[in-house]
Amino acid sequence: MNSFDNEKCANCPAHNLTNLVKLGIDMSNFDFVVALAGNPNTGKSTVFNSLTGLRQHTGNWPGKTVGRAEGGFIYSNKRFKIVDLPGTYSLLSTSTDEEIARDFILFGQPDVTVIVIDATRLERNLNLALQVLEITDRAVLCLNLIDEAKRHKIKIDDRNLSKVLGIPVIPTAARQGVGIQELLKSIYDVASGSYICKPYRISSDIKGVNKAVEEINRMLKQKFPNLPNTRWIALRLLEGDQRIIDAVRSGEIAELIH
Amino acid sequence: MKIETIHDNSIIATANKLRWEVGDYFHDSLIESIYKEAEVISNKVVTTEGKKSQFDFDKFIDQIVTNKWTGFPIMFLLLASVFWITIIGANYPSGLIASVLVDTIHPFLKNLASSINIPWYINGVLIDGGYLAMAWVVSVMLPPMAIFFPMFTLLEDFGYLPRVAFNMDNIYRRVGAHGKQALTMTMGFGCNAAGVIAARIIDSPRERLIAIITNNFSLCNGRWPTQILIATIFIGNLVPPIYGGIASAAAVVSVALLGIFFSLVVSWSLSKTVLKGEASAFSLELPPYRPPRILQTLYTSLIDRTLFVLWRAIVFAIPAGIVIWLVANVNIQGISLAEYFIRFVDPFALFIGLNGVIILAYVIAIPANEIVIPTVLMLTVLVTGVTGVGSGSGVMFELNNIDDVSMLLKAGGWTTLTGINLMLFSLLHNPCSTTIFTIYKETKSWKWTLLATLLPIMMGITICLLVAQLWRIFT
Repeated sequence: MNSFDNEKCANCPAHNLTNLVKLGIDMSNFDFVVALAGNPNTGKSTVFNSLTGLRQHTGNWPGKTVGRAEGGFIYSNKRFKIVDLPGTYSLLSTSTDEEIARDFILFGQPDVTVIVIDATRLERNLNLALQVLEITDRAVLCLNLIDEAKRHKIKIDDRNLSKVLGIPVIPTAARQGVGIQELLKSIYDVASGSYICKPYRISSDIKGVNKAVEEINRMLKQKFPNLPNTRWIALRLLEGDQRIIDAVRSGEIAELIH
Repeated sequence: MKIETIHDNSIIATANKLRWEVGDYFHDSLIESIYKEAEVISNKVVTTEGKKSQFDFDKFIDQIVTNKWTGFPIMFLLLASVFWITIIGANYPSGLIASVLVDTIHPFLKNLASSINIPWYINGVLIDGGYLAMAWVVSVMLPPMAIFFPMFTLLEDFGYLPRVAFNMDNIYRRVGAHGKQALTMTMGFGCNAAGVIAARIIDSPRERLIAIITNNFSLCNGRWPTQILIATIFIGNLVPPIYGGIASAAAVVSVALLGIFFSLVVSWSLSKTVLKGEASAFSLELPPYRPPRILQTLYTSLIDRTLFVLWRAIVFAIPAGIVIWLVANVNIQGISLAEYFIRFVDPFALFIGLNGVIILAYVIAIPANEIVIPTVLMLTVLVTGVTGVGSGSGVMFELNNIDDVSMLLKAGGWTTLTGINLMLFSLLHNPCSTTIFTIYKETKSWKWTLLATLLPIMMGITICLLVAQLWRIFT
């Protein structure tokens, strides 16, 4: 069973190699690429360190990771490259770090995007998680700082959350190394295709713009029939997101087909 | 409709047209719908048991350290004690390292070189230039860094730095800069190049430029040793020995605060002139206090910061040491290049309360601020011809304790004014070459890079001149 899975995934890495190389990622020695996204100060860099065994300094303040940090690990004989994206609150606005994170997930099409969120601030952190799920099909939710949540007497039904979001949800306390093995396994499962995500999508009923979104969506579908989630791209076009406009104009957006 | 009738740009044209129709509410309603769904999901899966405990530790600390009245004094005291511990703790190990690297290994290398008949100039360039410069940098820089960085990192891990930013935010906004500049400024205390890169967290290009240009006003770790050493010699010695440590720590903190003051003044003038505009709002999240993990902090701050900075200093010190040896030993009509330069700039330099040696040292030390003090000492020996220390021109010699350095500098004509002005000039001069290059990479503009480079020098010269004039009037 396992060897079958290995064979299957060895033949079909989901990432977009051309774009990854363009984004500056050297994939020559790796089977899968994992992106690490999350709000600032949720312990993203600590998760990065525990996954990679690196001991990059992690500071207790927002905005510590600027740009990207890269590392690697081996799990079940597969070589994973992991990219630590800058912490952001959303993927909608236009600051440089949000653009780095967004472009990487959208155009790089990582095999897995790990969304690290602060269990003590689930509601606020979910905003970013929902936005990430709009642009990728393969994600794992890392419910970090679960120890702090416990201390504050906050209980989270992670199995139910996983059912709602349609992706694996792993409670972790990365500082203590709790849950890292389970996280590794989930990353592997999603990357290898043995766990098929059914990501939650924001409902299409946004006040007063439905018709406009649908019209653009229809055109996009016609021109790029295989493009996943054209509705999100339609939303970005409607909002005037320059990077997406350029990608549609140049046809680069078609490379997202997988 | 057929597929081929859709042109490449027709989708975008449609989007542009529809954007006008949906109006300004679109972005807000999109965000609103995301928030609403996050709330629904969260309500489904989160349960909070019982009441929160009555006493909220985080809130309690925050009320004190971000209080209008106690916030700034606490900030001042915390910084001052960090420096005080650094100053008191660094002196002895510095002497120890110097005695090993300079007193023991240097003569050994010299003997080795002469026993295998290496020509004197190669011997001079490599051992008296390169090696000694490196040895000096290690002994002057390693102890203060090994004490300062772990303490600073502990404060950072505890979660204090965002509170500093919180305290400063209001002031930065009032001068027309972005509140997050308080964070990039704080990072600049570690390294200006890192602070300049960190300015990416600021969204508005105008405010980001201001943050980049003014980051140099944060004393970086290459300059802390200079500040600490000069303050110990010239300020610490003004008071009875028991208070020496406190007085020098206070002097260093004052220079650091002066730097913050200048960063505010310059931000204000930039936002009133070439970079006009309103400050944009943002939300700063105060992370929970987390007990720092002491051992891991010691490890990472030693590996990531101390050794990293030290390595950089060594890499720059070796070629600089070679340059120093060369300018001190290449003679034209019996006078060395260094002396030509020093004699040439001395009238101007002395007028602004510095001296030619300092100016030359800052030219040689453009690649790294770390090597200013070793260069100054070496050049002083060369010019004053002090005997008993050093072993020939261009040799960085053995000075095992601060008293030796003090004697040497005073023999070189240094006064308290020179000391004070060197501290000021160390705060206000061009960024190191790494930072200049980083500014260019971040702004992609030679104009702003040039401004960020030249502005602090102009300010440094002006302030030194002012202080020198006042000094001459009152003493």
